[in-house]
Amino acid sequence: MAPEPPLLSMSGITKSFPGVRALDGVDLEVQAGEVHCLLGQNGAGKSTLIKVLAGAHQPDTGTIRWRGEDVTLRSPIAAMRLGIATIYQELDLVEHLSVAENVHLGHEPTTAGFVVRGRAAKASTAQLLRRLGHSEIDPGRLVGELSAAQQQIVSMARALSHDVRLIVMDEPSAALDPDEVDNLFRIVADLTADGVAVVYISHRLEEIRRIGDRVTVLKDGRAVAGGLPAKETPTREVVALMTGRNVEYVFPDRPAAAPQGEPVLSVRGLSRQGEFAALDLEVRPGEIVGLAGLVGSGRSEILETVYGARRPTSGQVLVDGRPLRPGSVRAAVRAGLGLAPEERKAQALLMLESVTRNVSVSSMSRFARGGWIDRGAELGAARAATRELSLRPDNPSVPVRTLSGGNQQKAVLARWLLRGCRVLLLDEPTRGVDVGARAELYAVIRRLADEGLAVLLVSSEVPEVLGLADRVLVLREGRVVHEAPARELDEHRVLDLVMEGSPAS
Amino acid sequence: MTQHVSPPRDGTGKAAPVDGPPAWRGVIARADVRTLSLLGVLAALVLIGGITKPDEFLDTRNLQLVLTQASVIGVVTVGMTFVIISGGIDLSVGAIVALASVWATTVATQEYGFFGILFTAIVVGVGCGLVNGVLIAYGAMVPFIATLAMLASARGLALQITDGRTQIVTVDGILDLGERDSYVLGIPPLVLVFAAVTVIGWLVLNRTTFGRRTVAVGGNAEAARLAGIDVRRQRLYLYLLSGLCCGIAAFLLIVLSGSGQNTNGNLYELDAIAAAIIGGTLLSGGRGTIVGSVLGVLIFTTITNIFALNNLQSDVQQIAKGAIIVAAVLVQRRTASTH
Repeated sequence: MAPEPPLLSMSGITKSFPGVRALDGVDLEVQAGEVHCLLGQNGAGKSTLIKVLAGAHQPDTGTIRWRGEDVTLRSPIAAMRLGIATIYQELDLVEHLSVAENVHLGHEPTTAGFVVRGRAAKASTAQLLRRLGHSEIDPGRLVGELSAAQQQIVSMARALSHDVRLIVMDEPSAALDPDEVDNLFRIVADLTADGVAVVYISHRLEEIRRIGDRVTVLKDGRAVAGGLPAKETPTREVVALMTGRNVEYVFPDRPAAAPQGEPVLSVRGLSRQGEFAALDLEVRPGEIVGLAGLVGSGRSEILETVYGARRPTSGQVLVDGRPLRPGSVRAAVRAGLGLAPEERKAQALLMLESVTRNVSVSSMSRFARGGWIDRGAELGAARAATRELSLRPDNPSVPVRTLSGGNQQKAVLARWLLRGCRVLLLDEPTRGVDVGARAELYAVIRRLADEGLAVLLVSSEVPEVLGLADRVLVLREGRVVHEAPARELDEHRVLDLVMEGSPAS
Repeated sequence: MTQHVSPPRDGTGKAAPVDGPPAWRGVIARADVRTLSLLGVLAALVLIGGITKPDEFLDTRNLQLVLTQASVIGVVTVGMTFVIISGGIDLSVGAIVALASVWATTVATQEYGFFGILFTAIVVGVGCGLVNGVLIAYGAMVPFIATLAMLASARGLALQITDGRTQIVTVDGILDLGERDSYVLGIPPLVLVFAAVTVIGWLVLNRTTFGRRTVAVGGNAEAARLAGIDVRRQRLYLYLLSGLCCGIAAFLLIVLSGSGQNTNGNLYELDAIAAAIIGGTLLSGGRGTIVGSVLGVLIFTTITNIFALNNLQSDVQQIAKGAIIVAAVLVQRRTASTH
């Protein structure tokens, strides 16, 4: 190490959100000119950490030293002034503006302080694009007309239009083809050769081996290892660091006998362009089938397509052997499917309404004669369904937004219980549910399966899939790479499969 | 190799933590506060009217007039309230009222008498609502744009039909309805229609699956869709409902004025939206009450009446209306931010 202070040194960073401690004393040290990789499972705290670094979140405690001096990053602009640029996974470009306008957004070259010098902006943009090896992108084109890879280049050009010393890249390769990834790596190499530091986030270990200098591993909001050599550290050690666990989840027992009977849900060759391909699976009554994979592996897309919320490019979904009309949620619901979606508040709940109304929304006609709702019967049924799931508080008239995350999830489950659904699709069922309430939710899900429901479960938390499911399908980039009974898998093996596509040695 | 641990029991024994004290009592209280404060404003206005013009304002005829004037815009506002609760907007209500009122009063229509006029007004209203609904629900057009287009075309068509002339109604049955002889217990029939529309609107919103679906679509359209609700069909029905209300309002206006004019219903869209908003309907959808909207209508109509009695110009009225809208929304913002 050089005697001069590191470019960036964050220490003891903590950040809490209501109910979650996202960062719990994280240290991160980045040298000028290095590619520093940030690894960790979903929810380990990576995004929160880079948002702190970008000035988008304020840490609760901890210090940030920049080139040897204490700094506070009060806003994204403050971070940018210091020379810290962040390229988020969801690109933050304005589609209806041109490339040059996007690159110079917020710091346009002007005459007399307000007249934008369009030609100067275009010229400097063209220069930046040349430096990035993409002179074919016309600075005058609208960003909305560009491909995802080109948009990423524009994002990078924008970062470089500032006097940048550190660039954070959040999964930059996720949307790229292999040859585009090669170009990305060339750009990263050029940048570091100029002394710019890159903080690189990726799930793909092979990429980290190719371009990384050092690795910091995050787990449960802590840095469990800092500054490991990226090329030499064995995969097994990295995976062990990512998965070593403090919290023991409590999972319910599986039934003694494997579920028998004809599959109630069958999926045949289901594909959606660019998301997942040729998916086959079957779920029997009483069985919990889990899909394990990282973000971008197509998990949520699969569930939503099975449910009819997205239209498949090809393939079929069958319930009791009868194909469902593709792309129709109503057909799926009528056939007995129910979805507990990933974004509970945005996709499932009517936040202004009571628990009763949230539970009854899919079965309203049952309590109605000629459109008139028998509210007594509705309340009674909602109460019965929520009691069966021990939803707290035991009063279905309260607004659903006053419930905790776990109880909100139970309200969604109660909706499908009341509807009498036979196939339950669970997308990240414990997202936003605190650790204590998870065990209870797991027990509820298992009990529903024991009562004869077929459950298809998707989770980014591998232990959850392994602990809860009977059978597991491992996904990588939209394809099933492995299928096995949950008992025969462990977390390391699954992570090896999802990160490298083949079992580790 | 399994690392999951079997629970001692099935793990459901422990209650999950509940956030804070039950906030629902606060919600009930707030809803009451909102209605009460609207009633308070109305009472204050009546007081002001009574003090400034004791003889004229509290005169039975004047009160009958106020309620009659409120009836036409009130019926439109009930339909508008449903549309806004569903997250939409209907800018075409005034133009539909104009078109329905002139179509129903052409010489040809008047030959079919009372029911010909009633039938035509309602069919034209529903027809316009159908066009709006199909464009919005199945043509994926933004409600603002689709109903703005309807506003322009319906007004244009109304002008074309009348050629700018007032169409006098000669059907006795219609004219009789506006006479004092047909008042029931001192209440004009128009007001009875308004009352009936209000009660039916309240029942539909609060007691039927239609009302629930409306609230669900407005509160969270994606959640409603994933819960199995046919969101598009519901949207279509809502614009049909708004068109129906416009047709009824057009009929009331024909009775009230004894004529049909292409300038009828001018700026009704703004009055109806404003009444719904100060009545507590969220412009973003998901929440609103019929009672609040009707109180909003009564407040606006009373203000207009008091200003007219005191010989104040309409420009002052407009300023007062604007101030009330701003005040109501600020109050709502405060109650909303305490969520």
